[in-house]
Amino acid sequence: MKTPVRVAYVVLVSLVAALAAVGIGAIVLTILGADVFQTYKVILTEPLKDLFGITEVLVRAVPLILVALGIAISFRAGILNIGAEGQIQMGVISATAVALVWPDLPKGILVPLVLLGGAAGGALWASIAGYLRAKLGVNEILSTVMLNYIAAQLYGFLLRGPMIDPAELQTGSGTPQSVRLPKSAWIDRIIPGTRLHWGIVLAVVLAILVYILMWHTTWGFKMRAAGASPKATRYGGINVESCLFSAMVLAGAFAGLAGAVEVTAVHRRAIEGISSGYGFSGIVVALFGGLHPGGIIPAALFFGVLLVGTDMTQRIMSIPANMVSVLQGAVILSIISAKMVINDPYAREKFARRFLHSKDKERGPGGEGIPEEHGAQNEETVNIEAKQ
Amino acid sequence: MTILNIVLNILSIGIPFSVSLLLASLGEMFNQRAGIFNLGCEGIMSMGAFLGFMSAYYLQNTAMVPYANLIGIAAAGIAGALLGLLFALVTVTFHAPQGIAGIGLQMLGTGTAGTLFRHFVGGVAGVPGLSNRPIPLLSEIPFIGPVFFNMNILAYAAFLFVPVSHYILFKTPWGLKVRAVGTSPRSADTMAINVNRTRYQALAAGGLLAGIAGAYLSLGQAKMFADDIVAGRGFIAVALVYFGRWDPYWILGGSLLFSIAQSLQLSIQVLGIKFPYEFAVMFPYVLVIVVLAFTRNFAIKGPSELGVPYDREKRI
Repeated sequence: MKTPVRVAYVVLVSLVAALAAVGIGAIVLTILGADVFQTYKVILTEPLKDLFGITEVLVRAVPLILVALGIAISFRAGILNIGAEGQIQMGVISATAVALVWPDLPKGILVPLVLLGGAAGGALWASIAGYLRAKLGVNEILSTVMLNYIAAQLYGFLLRGPMIDPAELQTGSGTPQSVRLPKSAWIDRIIPGTRLHWGIVLAVVLAILVYILMWHTTWGFKMRAAGASPKATRYGGINVESCLFSAMVLAGAFAGLAGAVEVTAVHRRAIEGISSGYGFSGIVVALFGGLHPGGIIPAALFFGVLLVGTDMTQRIMSIPANMVSVLQGAVILSIISAKMVINDPYAREKFARRFLHSKDKERGPGGEGIPEEHGAQNEETVNIEAKQ
Repeated sequence: MTILNIVLNILSIGIPFSVSLLLASLGEMFNQRAGIFNLGCEGIMSMGAFLGFMSAYYLQNTAMVPYANLIGIAAAGIAGALLGLLFALVTVTFHAPQGIAGIGLQMLGTGTAGTLFRHFVGGVAGVPGLSNRPIPLLSEIPFIGPVFFNMNILAYAAFLFVPVSHYILFKTPWGLKVRAVGTSPRSADTMAINVNRTRYQALAAGGLLAGIAGAYLSLGQAKMFADDIVAGRGFIAVALVYFGRWDPYWILGGSLLFSIAQSLQLSIQVLGIKFPYEFAVMFPYVLVIVVLAFTRNFAIKGPSELGVPYDREKRI
């Protein structure tokens, strides 16, 4: 297929997919009796109108980037980590614990220690699912989802029991939250008066590191190979199980780190509902960003706008903020469908024949823009070429 | 309170609890037997629970009251089947990876139910829901009667559906088709079975059952709706299908086991045992992981093409 036809095909499929996602949202909005165009306009433009909105978008983007980086690593390695929500909570718990145990350490030591503590908490929690998958073949989606529910209960128990702020017990209000973290554990804010903090720099630096790790080291190559074709990887002498396990642990570490950043930079104490769905939004961001750090950062900004925007529609237009979950679900379904259709050589060939009357023979996808997990289809195309 | 009373108490809570799990996992069993791993069950149940609740909520002061629950269950079933078809479009027609598609459907379903609920109802509101219909004579049997024969109509129907679904799956041509497309779609295709159509049908049937399972939660069990009413039951249902070896009777056993584990949590609170309730709530989820870890090694193999999209054009 000639390149312009190919581009037209990709653009067309992406456009249809985008319309489908927007359309599903529109159906729900119509049922609510809301003005569809106005709502989308508010969601997409209102957060960008003033400094407060923009900084809030960036504040949301930080955990989204961190979580999505971890999820991208795990998806690339072929293990689907749905447990970021629980891993974030474990990260919050362990980061808070570190900060409260050593409050007197100087800031330069305590902050990195707290962040490492958070990452360790998330990694430890993820390692359960990683171990179960690698050693016992337990479906990681189910185990991570279950671990999310378990983590939520554990988190609630710790905040209501052992880790509760003693002041809450004295006043008798009993709000489930920890003691405020010592100032030496805080990540500072960049612009005073807003919540924008230095975590954003950390997130961008880590995105670059993940890119180097996954595309310019042997370790990253092993990971991607394990995800693209486990059998071939095993034949190549790479221990696929250990790849799965380490990818899962790393994904957990990123989610835990996101939790640690949230608690030290935004809330400054462990509170209920601190992860507020970042674990699930992170999956959408990772997929939307093409499981690549270079795509994840803009995707996180876009979904940051979406999260802040739906909060605003709740206030301005009284449209429930759950709307964001509808949009995210629709986006996931349309992205993965579009990805498969775009990479389906037969559908592409059909398109070329039917709509463009092109007599060009299918020349194969040519490599670019094809995620590794569809390597099998690449081979098929090669076979067809051989037959032709 | 004697031990017997405690056991009967746990059973009388646990057995009705099992209905939603049972219906959802039977639906998931049809999906998986046809080779599709539908993790969106949670989202479908959420929509079912919402629609069941809404019908009953809006019809409770109208002339339609006697049919309110029936309409609710029907609406939940139809919406479930439609969501199942949407999932089929994504996974069967477009060959999308099923695990992620399931998470997408879960977000979509749970999100839509939550959004609509907050908009149309907002706060806590109850509905009369399904009332218990004791079976004459049988419910009079001491001890057993009140436990087994004093449930609502949907619960009886669900338990009766266990042998029915076994019959459908193993004794009817359609059941054979479903098993064929899940085990060897290419052979099925060679035998002129329309693989995609059969998978669509199985997903619609599974969605229907999951929707009704959701309606049972809001109409039969909680008699209200909340955002988190399903609370992972959709995922537990998927796990139960593994545990139940893709067989209706084993699935029945599994859902009874899990719901009794869930009702233990309530019994612990009722009995006033000093035990952090969070750990009691955790217990069923821990049980799922333990069960998955241990059934993996000895369970009979499931449908061999589970989770693999069928591509007719693919060269082998």
